[in-house]
Amino acid sequence: MSQADSAIDWQPVQFRPRLAARRVLGGLFGLACRLAALAAGLVLGCLLWHVWRQGGHLLSLRFLTSFESTLDPLASGVKSPLWGTVWLIGLTTILAVPVGIAAAVYLEEFAPRSRLMQLLHLNIANLAGVPSVVYGLLGLTVFVRWCALGRSVLAGAAALALLILPVAIITTREALAAVPQSIRQAAYSVGATRWQTVRDHVLPAALPAIMTGMILALSRAVGEAAPLIVVGAVAYSRTVPTSPLDGFSALPIKIFNWSELASPEFVQLTGAAILVLLGVLLGTSALAVGIRAWYQRRRLW
Amino acid sequence: MPRPECERQAATQPDGAKMRRWQRLREGGLEGVLLLCALVSVATTMGIVWVLFSESLPFFRHVPLTEFLFDRQWAPRTGQEYGILPLLCGTFLISILSLAVAIPIGLAAAIYLSEYASRPVRQIAKPVLEILAGIPTVVYGYFALTFITPHVLRPLFPSIEVFNALSAAIVIGIMIVPTVCSLSDDALRAVPRSLREAAYAVSATKLEVSTRIVLPAALSGVTAAVLLALARAVGETMAVAIAAGSTPKITLNPLVSVQTVAAYIVQVSKGDAPTGTIEYQSIYMAGLILFLITLAINLVAHRIMARFREVYE
Repeated sequence: MSQADSAIDWQPVQFRPRLAARRVLGGLFGLACRLAALAAGLVLGCLLWHVWRQGGHLLSLRFLTSFESTLDPLASGVKSPLWGTVWLIGLTTILAVPVGIAAAVYLEEFAPRSRLMQLLHLNIANLAGVPSVVYGLLGLTVFVRWCALGRSVLAGAAALALLILPVAIITTREALAAVPQSIRQAAYSVGATRWQTVRDHVLPAALPAIMTGMILALSRAVGEAAPLIVVGAVAYSRTVPTSPLDGFSALPIKIFNWSELASPEFVQLTGAAILVLLGVLLGTSALAVGIRAWYQRRRLW
Repeated sequence: MPRPECERQAATQPDGAKMRRWQRLREGGLEGVLLLCALVSVATTMGIVWVLFSESLPFFRHVPLTEFLFDRQWAPRTGQEYGILPLLCGTFLISILSLAVAIPIGLAAAIYLSEYASRPVRQIAKPVLEILAGIPTVVYGYFALTFITPHVLRPLFPSIEVFNALSAAIVIGIMIVPTVCSLSDDALRAVPRSLREAAYAVSATKLEVSTRIVLPAALSGVTAAVLLALARAVGETMAVAIAAGSTPKITLNPLVSVQTVAAYIVQVSKGDAPTGTIEYQSIYMAGLILFLITLAINLVAHRIMARFREVYE
């Protein structure tokens, strides 16, 4: 080793820039990175095209407003799962949004900076990473059996509400933290209490960001199937829930159920149901983008 | 934030003391209500832990722990065999394969976004990634079953089964690309600009700056991103339930049907197993395993992230 070292020492150091080769390599690498970023978009396009090709021709008002037919599968509609999903969205909103905002307000505006609070933050971050199917087991035990809600749309919505609560809290906290400190100090300086400051100044200022965050969290709940299956949503239903304690179906459940049937007409039906689900999601996201754009024009800071 | 001092002003008014007391009461009450809402998250955690442990306890009364850990078969309905290994093997196989898809694509895309892309390109690419993350997992399962397996994988591997681990792993990989990419992108962009400039000053190319300067400096953040993505892959349920079938077995062959821990829960649930049977108790046991694995991965990831934040902020 030492011999080799001394041998090198005696030779004049030669720096070989190999610029041409390195530039080619660098260019190839840049191309590869570009392709990787493009791949994501390509897969998305491919997925949408495939779903549209399978189910696009079945989409009609009748598909949305008729029940499933066992005699003629292609005459089936998604009325029952669609209404189940609408009920779920409504109830989950009622359950998750107030609690989520209140919890975030407490953590961001009221909570002392202590070790206990740090544990609370870590707890919320970890809850956000718990698999959704585990929330299904929680819902099945606590809401369906202990609270005796049965396999109802309310039990499903409660499980979904717990599922999205961590995400709702985290995004709301970020929205509150983005409100400049000067607004709070201005309120305090004219004698407002902490609650008055939050209610009259901080919350209104953070509202657009909170609303977008909530809608995105809700749209995550809309696409969830696993917890609802565990809680006991039914795959085949010819009714629409009329009260929170009724049994229910939901679009993701119907998609799962149909996708397990191999014959081509069910592949097409699944495609059409997916298009309806994506339509619902597109609607909610558009709402979120719209709210953000609307409020940004009259931003306070 | 100090509590605002409005006492002095209020005291000059005739019923100042009364008003002050009422105000204090209201403030305290409201704070209590808000605290209760914040404690819902603690209750959720305790509920999850309590439910999973207490409900899976009866399962272990029927099944000895040695059989559970070392039996090589999982067949609760037909064979009374309760070895967890096949389900763990399926989960492991699919998670590793999905990382093999997600790490190269996600990391390369992150490097592109942080080192190459211009502002307008970033502004288009980020929402596209968000859409990719927002597509329901049942849709990915359908895509794997009706497109990836017949049109992409069958031409390459004619012997592939209709339900197979590979197609599920590919779509899960795509599903977690946004997680890998956006968190890695944040980590890469947190690397101080001066490090890059120093390397460019001695005529390093973009490849060299990205892979030898920026990536090593952001390694902890990138590792955390990969771990969070892994936790998602382990807990992913619907795509596997649709595309990978429901045949628990110990194999590393991605071309055959397997079952994961999460997919097993869904398979039993959709069949309405009656309360009190071993099959019913076994889904809580599966949930417990799933919860513990993902919790461990998440804790490590958050620890790494916390440390990485200390370095740059």
